[in-house]
Order: sequence, then structure tokens, then C-alpha cells
Amino acid sequence: MRTLVSPQSLRTPRGRIVYWTILTLTVVGFTGAFVFPLYWMVTGALKSPDELAQIPPSFFPKTFDFQVYADAWEQLQLGVFLKNTALYAGGAWLFTLAVDVTAAYALSKLRPVLGKLVLGAMLATLMIPPMVLLLPTYLVAKDLPILHLDLLNTPWAIWLPAAANGFFVFLLKRFFDSIPKELLEAAEIDGATPMRILWSIVLPVSRPIIGVVSILSVVTVWKDFVWPLLVLPETSKMSISVGIASLSAQMPQNVLIASLVIASLPTILVFFVFQRSIMAGLTAGSLKG
Amino acid sequence: MTVTEERVRRPPTRGTTDRRSPRKRGALQRAVGRNLTAYGFLCGALICFALFSWYPMFREIVLSFQQNNFVDPGRWVGFDNFRTVIADPAFAAAWLNTAAFSGLALVIGYAVPFVLAVVLNELKHAKAYLRFVVYLPVMLPPAVAVLLFKWFYDPGAGLFNQALDAVHLPPLSWLDSTSTALVSLVIVSTWMNLGTGTLIYLAALQSIPGELYESAELDGAGLFKRVRHVTIPQTKLILLVMLLLQIVATMQVFIEPYLLTGGGPENATVTVAYLMYQYAFNFGDFGGGSALGLMLMIVLMVFSAIYLRVSREAER
Repeated sequence: MRTLVSPQSLRTPRGRIVYWTILTLTVVGFTGAFVFPLYWMVTGALKSPDELAQIPPSFFPKTFDFQVYADAWEQLQLGVFLKNTALYAGGAWLFTLAVDVTAAYALSKLRPVLGKLVLGAMLATLMIPPMVLLLPTYLVAKDLPILHLDLLNTPWAIWLPAAANGFFVFLLKRFFDSIPKELLEAAEIDGATPMRILWSIVLPVSRPIIGVVSILSVVTVWKDFVWPLLVLPETSKMSISVGIASLSAQMPQNVLIASLVIASLPTILVFFVFQRSIMAGLTAGSLKG
Repeated sequence: MTVTEERVRRPPTRGTTDRRSPRKRGALQRAVGRNLTAYGFLCGALICFALFSWYPMFREIVLSFQQNNFVDPGRWVGFDNFRTVIADPAFAAAWLNTAAFSGLALVIGYAVPFVLAVVLNELKHAKAYLRFVVYLPVMLPPAVAVLLFKWFYDPGAGLFNQALDAVHLPPLSWLDSTSTALVSLVIVSTWMNLGTGTLIYLAALQSIPGELYESAELDGAGLFKRVRHVTIPQTKLILLVMLLLQIVATMQVFIEPYLLTGGGPENATVTVAYLMYQYAFNFGDFGGGSALGLMLMIVLMVFSAIYLRVSREAER
């Protein structure tokens, strides 16, 4: 495909030199800026405290003692934190799907009275940055209106707010809108209930968008910091980000760095596996976020 | 599309008035049934949104005009909360820092991804690698990235000062000096988020029809002219969308000052969101915190509203 620079000018000797120079610079620059810090983190954890404080620093660690990772795992209760985070992210994922898929289906295919208003009110929440509602939302979690339940230190404090995601409802609704009517009508004539139509027809054909929403919702909860910081103050209930941050001051530096490596592994692995969906979600998100 | 929809939704009514009424009742019943089903499907979302989006919005406004200890009913105090926070010496600092943070983040975080995307779009090799690598920091949990940079910023054996030393430059005090602390926060934040913008721009660049460049070149437009007259106009809407998105995102900055500096030194990195958190959770003044939150909300809603409008336009 033709881009800014024409293929002809790339074929000239000068064009080639310029192209390869820029390519090399970009590859080296990107590696230096985005991979090197991660390399420094992974190897930093392997260094002894003395080697960490040493000036000038060593490029390769002198020892390859993975014991520090085991120390980090134990001293920081990383197992507990990771298990908590998986519970929060997994539950949030299920809730998000259950709540947002049904809502989007109702708004897109059942079209109830005032449906447009409901959708509008959901989309309007995208206009309000989450940070500015932090305090009242915290108070809701602390003392749920009407029921007067205290959700602090329970997974519900993560699960329920995560499901209230106007962007996901919008993404799903837009996808459902594109499912041909004839398909659903045929099923309706055969006597299928709306639930059955959703389960047997809409969900199977919506696999791509459900994949995107799933990954986004899991990664969002996994990366979140401020909200779990507020609603999960008990150390044994903390998510990995909050746990590491709150215990960071008491840890030897190499142990802390090792725990950073362990904390970043899950999201990096997810990225390795689901690159394509994540980037698809990113461009979908750019247009309406 | 609309025509068929209408036809399906309103079954055609034929025949005389007498015949129509039972038919009408059937239609009414069906409509009620359909609405009940629909709201059955919607109830989960309605509860979640009501509890965690709609009600908090209303509560935010109420809280900011109340003095509240959460035991007795809140006492209305008018604009007292606003007066208190505005009188706080950290108030002006917080707004200035937030504006400066946003501004600096825009200077780097807005222009650089665009340039990177333009370059990436021209490269024929290592594409997958470069795209992967630039998005890698975005996938790190922000707390991890921030703590990682805290270690890099270490004035003694920190990576950054070591690097400066290697090229015979004097060390910087990064987070410990009023002149560099805020910039240090911007650097972390930019590093974490650069990938998003780059990949979004890249997607936008790939949709530019090649003929435009071709004809511009035939008209004798050089490289920079082509960028100015083809690339930028063709990506104008995305550029605008990203600008607004960045403003809204960066003005909520919290985790960087919370984990790196605690607002110091001398309020040099205190931001509005951080001050709001402090009011509520360190001073126990939810009214003051909410007043700050409300002010921030009003400012950000203006940008958000424009953003939603523009992004809808960009979608077409």
C-alpha cells in the first residue's frame, strides 16, 4: 500500500540508506526505551543488595540467584495477592458479561420503551471521569443504599462497579445492531424465548466482540490501583498492585523489584497471547471511550 | 433499514374497527410482555449503573455542600467547603500542577506518538516487533511501572543518574527537587501511556488512501508538505479526539504523586485528584474533598462533552 514515502524513492540508493538508518534507529530506540527498563527490572532483582547499590552498575548480574523471587513470593504474600487479584478480575469479568451483554441485547434487539433514554444515561457516564466520583462511589461501597451493606474488603466492591461500564454496553450494542434481524425473527417464529435467542444465536455470532470486552475488563481490573486501594484496605484482601505498593517501603530493594517482576508477568503474558484482540479493542476504544 | 424496522415493530392493522380491538389488545399485551422481558434483561445493568454511576454523581453534589460525619444526618453548609479548600495554600498549587502536568504530558505525550506512528507506518520491517514493544509498558500495571521508575529515579545508584554519569553529566535530584519533581512524574506517565496513542494513530494512518499521497507528490509536494497537507488533515479528527482524551486522562493524575512523591517537595507535585484524596482520607473531610472533586468534574465534563461529540463525528 502506498504511504507517505513513495516506493520509487525508497528504491534509490539514497532512499535505501535513509530507510535502513531510520529503521535501525527506531528498532534500537524502541528497544532501549521500552524493553531495556524491563530487562533492568528482571536482572535487577537477581542482583544482591550490594550489587544493586554499586556504582557504576553492572549490566549483567554477577549471580543468577533466583532465590530472591522465592523470597519475594513469601515475604510479600504474593500468592495471596495474586489469588485475590485473579478472584477480583475473574468475578468482574463474569459480572461484566452477564450485566452488559444482557443490557446491550435488550437495548439493541428488544427495544423497550425509554430504551434510548437508558442508553443515553449509560453513555453519559462516559463523560464523567471516574476519579472525580471517587469519594461518593467509595461511600456507596461502604454503605450500600437501601440495603446498608458494607462492601469494603469484599469482592463485591470490585465486581459491581466494574459491571457498570457504559463503554462495554455501547460496544456490545453496536455489534448486536449489526446482527441481521431475519436471523432472530426466524428463531422467534420457531418459538424461541429471548433468553434462548441470546444464548444460541446472538452470543455465538458475537464471539469477537465478547472476546474484546472480556480481555479489556480483565486487564482493566487487574491494572486498577486507586479503587482497590480504597475499598480493600485489609492486607489479606489487597490486590497485587496495592499490596506491593503498600508493602514496598519495608522490603529490601531486590525483593521489591522481584515482586514487581512477578506482578507484571500476568498482564504481559495476556498481552503475548491476546495481542490481536487487545489492539482491536484499543482502536475500538479510541473512537468512543 | 428504517422502513423494514417500522414494519416489523408495528404489525400492519387491517380490517374493520370491530375486528381490530381484540387484535389491538393482543398487540398491547405483546408490547407489555416485550417491555417486561427487556427490563428484566436490563435490571442488572440498571442496578449497577444506578449504584455506582448515577447516584454517586448526585451524591457528589450533595456532599460538597454538606458537613458530614456519616453518623448524624449531613448538615448543609452552603459554600463553606469550597471556601475551605480554596483558602488552602495547596489549592492553587494543585491546580497549577495539574495544569502543568497536563500541559507537559501533552507536549510529549501528544506529539511524540504521532511522529512515531508516522515513522512506523513507513517501515516495512520489524513491524510486529515495534508495535508489540511500544505497547508493552501500557500492559504493565501502573503501580508496577511507577514503582519501577521510583527505583530508576533513585538519586544514588538509580539508573537515570548512572546514565547521566556515564556521559559525564551531573546527577539530577529527580523526585527530590521542586524543579524536577513534576517533570519526573510526567516522564513516568508518558512512558506508561505512549503506546496507546501510537497504535491509535497508526490505525488512523493506515486508512489514508494512498492516491492522496501520490497526487500530492505529482503536484510537487515534498515530504513535509505531504505530511502537512495530506497526513494531518486526513487524521484531523483522531488528532482532536486524542487531544481531548489526553486532557481528560492526564488531569485525573493521582497514582504518580501518590506513589512517588506524596505531593512534595513543598507541594510541587500535589495535584487536584491527590488533594481530593488527602482531604477525604487523610483529613477526614469528605465535604472538602467532594468540593474539589466537583470542581474537577465541571472542568473535565466540558472536555468530555466535546470529546464525545468529536468522537461521534470521527466514527462516521
